[in-house]
Amino acid sequence: MSTFMLEIVTPERKLYEQEVNMVSVKGAEGELGILPHHIPLVTPLRIAPVVIKKDGKQTVVAVNGGFIEVRKDKVVILAESAEFPEDIDVERARAAKERAEARLKAAKKDEIDFRRAELSLQRAMNRLNVKTAYDVIG
Amino acid sequence: MAKGMREIKSKIKSTQNTKQITKAMEMVAAANLRRAEEAAKAARPYADKLLEVVQNIAAGTKDVKHPMLESRPIKRTGYLVITSDRGLAGGYNANLLRKVTQTIREKHQSPDEYALFVIGRKGRDYFRRRGMKIVEEVTGLPDSPKFADIKSIASAAVRNFENGTYDELYLFYNRFVNALTQIPEQKRLLPLDGIGGKEKQGPVASYEYEPSPEGVLEVLLPKYAETLIFSALLDGKASEFGARMTAMGNATKNATKMISSYTLQYNRARQAAITQEISEIVAGANAQS
Repeated sequence: MSTFMLEIVTPERKLYEQEVNMVSVKGAEGELGILPHHIPLVTPLRIAPVVIKKDGKQTVVAVNGGFIEVRKDKVVILAESAEFPEDIDVERARAAKERAEARLKAAKKDEIDFRRAELSLQRAMNRLNVKTAYDVIG
Repeated sequence: MAKGMREIKSKIKSTQNTKQITKAMEMVAAANLRRAEEAAKAARPYADKLLEVVQNIAAGTKDVKHPMLESRPIKRTGYLVITSDRGLAGGYNANLLRKVTQTIREKHQSPDEYALFVIGRKGRDYFRRRGMKIVEEVTGLPDSPKFADIKSIASAAVRNFENGTYDELYLFYNRFVNALTQIPEQKRLLPLDGIGGKEKQGPVASYEYEPSPEGVLEVLLPKYAETLIFSALLDGKASEFGARMTAMGNATKNATKMISSYTLQYNRARQAAITQEISEIVAGANAQS
């Protein structure tokens, strides 16, 4: 099976750099499954899990926004933050979720705070989803 | 014991205590410096990649228009100043703040013409004392800051440029050269007019953009500016520890010198006291016989 190079880079470090078979992401316009020899593409990512397939094994990464750049032989995901399930702090994510929900109730719909709380809720949910999916699969 | 000896002795003791503290601070700074340098290095790939993508879009598609790429007539200026929370770092904060004040004084007549964003307690206190208004501030950053720590101030600084509160944004920070040298630097962050001008050599990969090149730039440029702020912060942190290490190294050296000169004084005084005592005894014996 042919492979391509996948890199996941955050401002703090390079999280991932390996040859993989497939990566599936959620772009601004919808879900994308990227296989080798994909057409060069740049698109913003939504806050959603990224699924990496390598040698028949699946890895899930919680990617919080950012970009994907697909080149001929290489795919780069640039994210503000990205975590493997084993690095996710469930307590913190849960606390963030509750905080965001409380704020959503308090803030008015068109305020910046509302938007911010919404994003923070999405991030928390994303982390929790990735973590539970990981725990189920093992 | 003669007069003065006790005083010299207590001076030696207190200098020794100071030396112990400065020595410890030097070593802590050295350890932190190494970590800060690594963090600065680790942040580089992200910034490089973002720049690469931005350049690719600029080179691959003609006539991309975005407010962040265009220069407007300058009416107001934003300044983002990165200082430290703690002092005892030599001229680290003083040099930078002097440069900022000088620039502001040269360029602006009234406080309405600029907006200040400050990272670090030293900078905040400095501007507060001078009665200059600060739009947003961040203090109490950890030694190895995360992107999330400065996300809100960085996006506020970028957003205010986008909505036209000011027409250019300058970044002031200490650029890290090595442990001995840190240069206060002024960098024009926005508008990002340098990017489009750099034509890349060779064939440019033609990308598909979803939803559109403009749509991608819309999200990407603010991120790029925020990343530049973050890497400046990491550079500033490395500079801070470098400056502190050097300053504390000098302080330790000076303390050593002072201790040795006090010890010499002390020994002289001790000898003088002994000589005096002997001559008193001899004089007493002579008087009796």
